[in-house]
Amino acid sequence: MVPLSWYLIFSAALFAIGLFGVLARRNVIVMLMSIELMLNAVVVNLIAFWRYGDTMKMDGLAFALIVFAVAAAEAAVGLAIIISVYRRRKTVLADEINLLKW
Amino acid sequence: MTPEMIIFILIALVTLGTAILVVTTRNILHAALWLIATLVGVACFYVLLNAPFFAMAQVIIYVGAIAILFIFAIMLVRVITPSGVKVFNEDWLMGLILACVFFGGMIWMLTRWTGFDTIPSVAVSQVDKINPVKLLGIALVSPNGYLIPFEVASVLLVAAMIGAIYIAWGKSLRNK
Repeated sequence: MVPLSWYLIFSAALFAIGLFGVLARRNVIVMLMSIELMLNAVVVNLIAFWRYGDTMKMDGLAFALIVFAVAAAEAAVGLAIIISVYRRRKTVLADEINLLKW
Repeated sequence: MTPEMIIFILIALVTLGTAILVVTTRNILHAALWLIATLVGVACFYVLLNAPFFAMAQVIIYVGAIAILFIFAIMLVRVITPSGVKVFNEDWLMGLILACVFFGGMIWMLTRWTGFDTIPSVAVSQVDKINPVKLLGIALVSPNGYLIPFEVASVLLVAAMIGAIYIAWGKSLRNK
């Protein structure tokens, strides 16, 4: 089988791409998508550690399932906030939503 | 090079390539479609890792629910970035450097770890024999396992659902 290092390098790369998206994009919706990418990288790591460690222990899989639930909740609330902000400010660009910076 | 390694490399290249397209595409509707491709690629990794339940959950929850939610939100806000507007903010170079430093630091840290090149001790046929989905189900509802985190996750989902409805509803709900 593929050694564990391949999965770890892959998920580190996916996480780095997501990190770049969060830091560099102006569009808030794409920033949320990048957060989903980072969460996915974490879940790949959790399941890879489960598979390459003790497969009788369910810690990795249980945490992966909880990360799924948190990701769904985060996407729903985040998009609701974006829709609400768009309704008031008519923009989804992060550097134009600066009322709290005053 | 075993066939599994070739399959791994192909899926990894497709997944990382579509992930890069997600964060660089100008049209955010296209970015959402590339996100679906990335999520399906990650689901393929769950299949390679003998976790078919998670591959199905990934396709149902992420592709079926979250990505569709993203597309709905994009349709509702109707802001497809026009060609004159910059895609990245002025600090994008710092973000790129930080992401590269993070990636290099992770690799540097992991290569110093002794378990980095672990080969799984359990064969594929044995993983299917122990039935991980059944064990996971028992672990999620047993008080010695993950009963409390499981219940907290369900409370979190209810709270997020109510909060999302309240936030997105607009003025009509709040003025009543």
